[in-house]
Parts: sequence; C-alpha cells; structure tokens
Amino acid sequence: MSDDMAAIFRDELRDLLESLERGLLDLKSRPTDMGLVNQVFRDLHTVKGSGAMFGFTDLAAFIHEFETVFDRVRAGVIPIGPEILRLALAAKDEIPGLVEGDADPDGRRAAILSALQDIMARSPASDVAGSEEGAPATAHAAADVPVDQAARHPSRLRFRLSGAAFAMGARPEIVLDELRGLGAAHIAVDLSDVPALDRLDVEACALVWSMDMPAEITAAQLEDVFLFVDADWTLDAAQVDHSDAAHADEPEAAASLPDRAAQPAPASVAAPAAAVLPNEARVAAPVAPRDARAEAAGATVRVPADRLDSLMDAVGELVILEARLTQLARESRDPALMATAEQITRLAAGLRDATMTMRMVPMRSLVGRFRRLVMDLSDKLGKPVEFSVIGEDTELDKTVIEKLADPLVHILRNAIDHGMETEDERATSGKARGGLIELSAEHAGAEVLIRVRDDGRGMDPARIRAKAVAQGLISADAVLTESQVYALVFEPGFSTAETVTELSGRGVGMDVVRRTIESLRGSLEIDSKLGHGTTVTLRLPLTLAIIEGLLIEVAGERYTLPMPSVQEIVELPPEKAQPKRTGDFLDIRGRFVPFLRLRALFDCAGEPGAEQNVVIVMSGENRVGLVVDRIVGTNQTVIKQMSKLHSAVRAVSGATILGDGSVALILDVAHLVGMGRTQVDLQSAPQSAARELAA
Amino acid sequence: MPKTVLTVDDSPSVRRMVALTLQEAGYDVVEAVDGQDGLKKALAQPFDAIITDQNMPNLDGLGFIRALRQHPEGKGVPIVVLSTDSEDGLKAQAREAGALGWMVKPFTQDKLLAVIRKVLG
Repeated sequence: MSDDMAAIFRDELRDLLESLERGLLDLKSRPTDMGLVNQVFRDLHTVKGSGAMFGFTDLAAFIHEFETVFDRVRAGVIPIGPEILRLALAAKDEIPGLVEGDADPDGRRAAILSALQDIMARSPASDVAGSEEGAPATAHAAADVPVDQAARHPSRLRFRLSGAAFAMGARPEIVLDELRGLGAAHIAVDLSDVPALDRLDVEACALVWSMDMPAEITAAQLEDVFLFVDADWTLDAAQVDHSDAAHADEPEAAASLPDRAAQPAPASVAAPAAAVLPNEARVAAPVAPRDARAEAAGATVRVPADRLDSLMDAVGELVILEARLTQLARESRDPALMATAEQITRLAAGLRDATMTMRMVPMRSLVGRFRRLVMDLSDKLGKPVEFSVIGEDTELDKTVIEKLADPLVHILRNAIDHGMETEDERATSGKARGGLIELSAEHAGAEVLIRVRDDGRGMDPARIRAKAVAQGLISADAVLTESQVYALVFEPGFSTAETVTELSGRGVGMDVVRRTIESLRGSLEIDSKLGHGTTVTLRLPLTLAIIEGLLIEVAGERYTLPMPSVQEIVELPPEKAQPKRTGDFLDIRGRFVPFLRLRALFDCAGEPGAEQNVVIVMSGENRVGLVVDRIVGTNQTVIKQMSKLHSAVRAVSGATILGDGSVALILDVAHLVGMGRTQVDLQSAPQSAARELAA
Repeated sequence: MPKTVLTVDDSPSVRRMVALTLQEAGYDVVEAVDGQDGLKKALAQPFDAIITDQNMPNLDGLGFIRALRQHPEGKGVPIVVLSTDSEDGLKAQAREAGALGWMVKPFTQDKLLAVIRKVLG
C-alpha cells in the first residue's frame, strides 16, 4: 500500500472519527434518534471496512465489537444509555492509537472490549446472537468440499443463465472461457427452451449449456466461476444442486423481467426512483449532519490547506502588483494602459474574494471537540451541564478557526469549573439543577461575534476590584466601569484564589486568551451578573489575509488602519492643535473621546501641517481618536506578519506593501485604544469627561 | 478505447484505491460518493462496469442498483457490490436487486483486477 493511500485513509479516518464523536454526543441528548444511530453505525462500519482494506486488522477487530453493539442498538434490542455512550467514546479515542500501532499497556482496549461484551451478554437478544454468525456458515458450507472426491469419471455440468442475466450484465462467453480453462470439454448448447420468435423476449436468456468437467473440479471453483453470472448450475456426477437461495427464486425473477420491461419507462420511474432523484431527496428528507456532509462532498474538492495558503499568498502578491500597476498607469496618463489596469483591478478583486471565500470554514469543525470537553468536564466535576450551540454554520477564515480553539477551550473550562455552581448550590438558589452553557456565533458586519454564555454564579466586580488593587494592577481610587473591572481578569498576573484548580489552573491564563484573540485582530469582553451568569464575547475579523485598510500619513511615513475599526474622521480643532500632552480629549457631538497624537507617540521630529485629522477608531465598546497628518485613502491591505524580532512591538500588528513598493505598518487598534484610555490621565480630564469615561 | 468503470463508495480511501488500481490497469474511472451521486453519474454516461459499496448515506448500494435497473440505461451494465463478510445475507438481496456479483472486503488490488477482468472479459 503506498504512503499516499495510507495518508488518504488517515484523512478519512479523522473525518469519520469527528463525525462519530458528534453522533455519539448528539445521541446523549437524543438517544432515540434512529437517524443518529444509523449514522454512528455507518461510521463504525466504514472505519472497520476501510481499516481492514488498508491492513489495519487490529483496528478492524477492535471495531467489530463496537459495531456489533450498535447493530443491536439499531435493531432496538439494546437501548442507548450513558454507559454505552461513555464506552463508545472511550473506544473511539483508542482508534488513532490502533492505527498508529501503539501498544495498549494499561489494558484499556481489553477493558473496553470486555465491557462491550458485557453489554452484549446482558442484552435480551444475546441468545439470538449466534444466528448472525450461523447464517454465513451455512452459506459457505459446501464451498470448499470437493463435489465428489471418489469420482474418477468426468462430471456433467449444466448451467442456465437466469432470465435477467443479460440485463444484469452477465457475459456467458467469459464464463465459457473460464470453464474451458478449468478443463471443460464437449460443450453443447441446448436450445429447447428458446421460445418461438413471436414470443421471444430479446432481453431474456433461455440457453442451457452443458459440458464435461474433470472429476477433480470442486464446487468452490465453480462458485468462483459463477460469481459474476446469475446462473443456475448443476453438476450431475454428484447429483448436487448448488443453486442457493438466490437462485431458487429465479423463475420469479425471470418472470418479472418482461413485466418490468412492459411498463412504459417514465411510469417505472414514478415510485421508487423519484424518491432518489437528487433534488427531490434534498427537499424531502430531513438531512442528518453526516448526510449533509456527504451530499456536499458530491460537489466538493478536497484541497490540502497549504495549497490554499499558497494560493492566498499568490493572490496577495497579485493585489500588491495590481496596486502598483494602477499607480503606474495613472502616472503614465496612457488611456489604454489605464483601462487595462482597471480591468486587472476588477479581476484581482474577484479573485481575491473567491480565494477568501474558499478559506472560510464553518465553526462546526471546532464545535465537536468542545462538546466532548463540556461533557467530560461536567462528568468529572459532577456538575450536570447542557451545552447548546447556535450558529455552527457561521464561517471564519481557517487560520482564525485554528487559533480560536485554545482560547475557547479555556473560556469553556472556566465557565464550567468556576462559573457553574454545584448541583446543590444551584438548587439552593432556586435554579435548575443542570447548568446551561451556550456557544453562539454570528456575523456582524466584517466581524464574527462568538459568545460563551453560562447561567452560573456570575462574577463579583467588588471582589475582582479588590483583588486587582491588592495585586497592584490598579490604584485603589481608579475609576473603572463594570466592564473594565471584568476585563481585569485578562491582565497578566491576575488570579483569584479560586482560579487555581486542577482543571483550569494549568498552563494558559486568561491573559494568554486575550493575547491570542488580539493577535487575530479581535477583541474580547466580559459581561456578568452576579448570581445569573457570565457572557464572554469575542469579536473576530472574518479574515486575516487581506483587509480593507485606511492609509494615513504621520511625519512622512504611511500607516494602515483596518477599515472595520474606523468609525469616522474629523478635523482636529485648532485649539487642540498645539500639543500639551500625548493625549487629550475631543468633544464629538457632545461625547468626550480621548485621542492620541501619533506624532508624539512615534516620537517624530518636525512640525505637523496646519490641518490635522483625527481618525476615530473603535475596539470593543471603546473609542479613541488618532491624530494623523494626512488621510491618504483606502487600500487593499495584504497583511504580512511581522518578524519574531518585532513581536514585542505592541502598537503595530503587521505590515503591508503599497502600490509604489514601499512598506506601511498596520496599526494595532485594540492596543492603541487601550493605550488611549490609560495614557489620557483621568485625573486631568474635565470632570464631565471623567464621568463620561466611567459611565 | 479504454473501458470505463464507475466506483461508488462513501469512503474516499476505498474509492481512491479502486480508482488508482483500475487506472493503473488502463481503465477509465469515474467516482461517486454515494448511491444518489452514483445514480446521477450512471445515468449521465454509459459505463462498462460499476463497483458499488452497500453501506452509504443518502442511498445505499442496493437502493442504487434497484433504481438504476429501472432505467433503460441501467440495463446490461455489470454491477459488483462490495460487502464485508458480516453482511452475508446481502448477497442474495444484491442478486435480487440486480447486481451481477459481489466482492468481499477487504480485498487486494490483484483481487479487484481479477474481478474486473472476470466481469469485463
């Protein structure tokens, strides 16, 4: 087996295991859903079948028990219960190890198998179990026994193709060739069953062949020959008729063929075939997730992710060159060149959009493992939790999805570990004993909002505040809004005594969660109500590859701001033009907005021009103004990552190449907004502004 | 002209294995991901043989064969069903549905070629 094939199998296995896990988790809440049971069974069956094909015999053997149990479930003999699901999930987890040929030192697999066998043994049908194994045995019984070992003289073989054989694609000449190869002699055709011409059915076969076969011919050899012809055959030396059950009803089959043929073709389509026409089936059948996937696969091409990345890179280069071409064309003032450049611009935009759409992946691909996580955690902590997911189909760039997994795992863990009360606590406070955790995803403009909401105990702002003061994160008299207080938990070094438990205490802290989300150009917020639960909201850009940008100029250098975060652009009032501090306030339609002078921030020499603009950007719920020398215009910003050396530079999140080949840095809006709110000293602000900010 | 074989299987790895094996042996191969897709493709162009899995979403192997045999285009093409040994009762049903024969999984590439030669000559 080539490595290629093994890789295809591993790919497929991953999908199957995902689907299997999803099916098992869904069964937890819908144990009687036969569609789900069938899907699980089918997945198991495919894992087993393909595994065996590719030489993973241990895998196939292991799955066999698992599959048998689900076959019983399918037959309605064994009901789905928590025990079966737990075992099935544990068994599913063993599959990758089996494929990789890992040993089973703890005897986990053996334990799972024996537990599955226990379930089988307890099931009412356990005494019928033999019948399944019994059936194939009888079918094979005659196969390898020589028909007549004592016979020394040739046996006479007679065979007759079934009436429908030609319709089924049987080719008698191939059979005859094969029989000749086995030593057939004196082949004769008996035409006596051929009807008169006026009654002849051209599709039916009425010929009977007979021939001498060597004495040592076995039934197995003959069955092999007749494997691919629907024929009724007898070997008369031993007087054994080998027609099996399938052949026994041949007359009936033969009789039914003319009937079927007699029907006008469209009529025959009416009942069974209409149900399987793709379009109608799509409307009629409630489509199970797995089915939807398989159906979609019909029009889907699988492409390795790195090819998509290189396509995106190429499109990025194209967009940059297109900007360069447009600029050159404009400078040349050659109408033909300008028209061509314009067409290229349109094409590049189309190509860019198509490529970006290709990279979109639904949240669904992430959600499976979350459901497992929630289930495992709620079992482990003894806090029954119902996990619901809304908007699984919401799509995000695959890079975003990949990086989102860890933060979301952390947030979910926190929600169950800290957010959820114990069953008893909930009962005392009059809540339902089982908690609720909801993961939702939705599009909002060029962003995706992902929320994790729990109905647990909520966060206590007074306690968080006290903790933050004690840890020196804020001063005791700092004026903070409630959401700013909650945001303190994202500060590095923030921890409350309760946060260190076996589950959530290890590794990643909430500050890492925030850093990851911000590295994705996203932001996050916490909203909580003591006693009622907590909601963590993540805002993420749809894509990380190419964004619409606003090009600005500060002291001769150009920078890009992501367009979705730009709220508005205003002129800097003359009275604010002379810098007193880096930051100050601006009254925008009666609301105070802090602003930062980028010239001062970037430590630029020289004086700004007479007219400066303020770009108001927004991150989360907070706004800040950025004073710039000049607005250059919008551009397609192909985002290039900064090198590792620059990873400490927080105000800049990346770079892009402009039409003239120069580089513009992309400003990190989330960071600048945070900076604007801290740098502008609240004490020095007008009273009204301080109130405004604190509101 | 090379003979064309349709392989219908929801398992991409089995499908690819069948396709690669047959392509190396000089056959043209068309792949379908389930019975429904198979039916659509089998009705769209003539095939010299069809190899189909039984257990598939949307429309299983037998359903596919039954539906195909209802159509004039679906008559006369040899169909081989892939089954696992645990599906022994399937063979009789497969014949009844209009399959010419079956092949038991797992099979080797040689076995597959032998079967195809047996069916196509």
